Amino acid sequence: MKGDAKKPAKKSSSPSMMHIWFMRHLQVALSSLGRLTRSPIGTLMTATVLGIAVSLPAGMWVMLDNVKQISGNWDGGASLSMFLKADTNEQQVDELIGKLKLMPEIEHINYVTRDDALVEFQQFSGLGQALEILQENPLPAVLIITPTLQHSTPVQADLLLKKLNQEPLADMTQLDMEWVERFHAITEIAIRAVMVLASVLSLAVLLIIGNTIRLEIQNRHDEIEITKLVGATNSFIRRPFLYTGFWYGLLGGLIAWFLVTLSLWLLSGPIEKLTGLYQSQFRLDVLDLPTTIVVLLGSAFLGLAGARIAVGRHLRAIEPD
Amino acid sequence: MAFLTGHSGAGKSTLLKLIGLLEHATRGQVMVDGRNLGKVKSREIPYHRRKIGMIFQDHRLLHDRTVFDNVAMPLIVSGASRAETGRRVRAALDKVNLLNKEKAYPITLSGGEQQRVGIARAVVSKPPVVVADEPTGNLDPELSKEIMDLFLQFNQVGVTLLIATHDIDLVNQMNQRVLTLGSGQLIRDSANLQETF
Repeated sequence: MKGDAKKPAKKSSSPSMMHIWFMRHLQVALSSLGRLTRSPIGTLMTATVLGIAVSLPAGMWVMLDNVKQISGNWDGGASLSMFLKADTNEQQVDELIGKLKLMPEIEHINYVTRDDALVEFQQFSGLGQALEILQENPLPAVLIITPTLQHSTPVQADLLLKKLNQEPLADMTQLDMEWVERFHAITEIAIRAVMVLASVLSLAVLLIIGNTIRLEIQNRHDEIEITKLVGATNSFIRRPFLYTGFWYGLLGGLIAWFLVTLSLWLLSGPIEKLTGLYQSQFRLDVLDLPTTIVVLLGSAFLGLAGARIAVGRHLRAIEPD
Repeated sequence: MAFLTGHSGAGKSTLLKLIGLLEHATRGQVMVDGRNLGKVKSREIPYHRRKIGMIFQDHRLLHDRTVFDNVAMPLIVSGASRAETGRRVRAALDKVNLLNKEKAYPITLSGGEQQRVGIARAVVSKPPVVVADEPTGNLDPELSKEIMDLFLQFNQVGVTLLIATHDIDLVNQMNQRVLTLGSGQLIRDSANLQETF
């Protein structure tokens, strides 16, 4: 395409030349599309293969986005939960809070009484009805302790955890950061995996389109030879093949979009049921506009690039004799 | 207008190919229009070919395109407008007497008609030079004569023609300059009759 764009641009000082250049491109683009529609089954099969290849990373990307949406509800910072012994009375708690507040490591303490804990549990766990059967509140009071920023690193927070565990009123103290961190690490791996998959499948798209264009070049061997004979430039001969690659890519992108949307729609029912069980606010996101644009343009670009590689390799071999 | 004759393998086709830059000279120089073809860069070859109309014994038409589209190819390649293309294609088809066949496919035409389509394609962009390699090779004498008369008409309006043929009878009828090749050498030039042997 670059080569194509350069040549007419040199001569196109007047707007009418620009217009002719544009019209010629439009004409080639449409005639390449027309050629594809003349063998709809073959075109659709190739485009579907491309669509499947593109839909895998695109679909996984959307799923990851959804997973990140869940994890986004937690603030990334560490916090420690100190569960107090059941027989602790309010005065002892006040004394403990006063003592903890003096510690330089601690930024903030949030006291959740046994009653507060019960209300929260009933609201968010989905097991509220089960608790109603129990005659007394089984939940302990909790101190949610936020360390200062310097003491939020895994090592520092762990030291603080050990210190707090020695507190006689504490039944158990746990660091909430741990599994958030693990979760982040897992999403990190998943993102990397999607990237690797996307690269490999992009290569597949390049090769599929390259091969399709190579066959197309072979089929049109005579035509290419004769156009060269009557003085066609290389960019003129390349142009319809590049547009063919572009259309294949775009069509593959559309099919990928359709496949991902269809899969999400099929998944949305069961997922709604599941999140309903957890009384969660979670909603499955569909392909948003930016992702859709990236999928379509990326796929079209891959088509163009695959065609360019194939054309560069095979057109040179055809010379009239 | 000149004829190029000689035995098979004498180098007739090779000379024409050299002129159209279908082949490159390994030795010596080919000058066309004052230009040494050995110095033409590969990206300039298309622009050189647009100045040379080429006609082949096997016509080299595209069978999946109409006569009109076949003849229009050189114009489309050089970026002529649609109106200009239509006008010139019809003018060329008119000259070869095929105006009524513009929507036909080459396969439905006779050998002579197909060759005339090939000729129309070679002259449609009004190149200064037309080369023809055995243009009457597959045609009977009567059709061959028609084709040659057509060439003569082009010559009269200023086109330079170089026609390779081994049909000596036909060449003699035409009364034009004749170049005879043998083993790649020019062995006789009718314009220079003193050298006749």
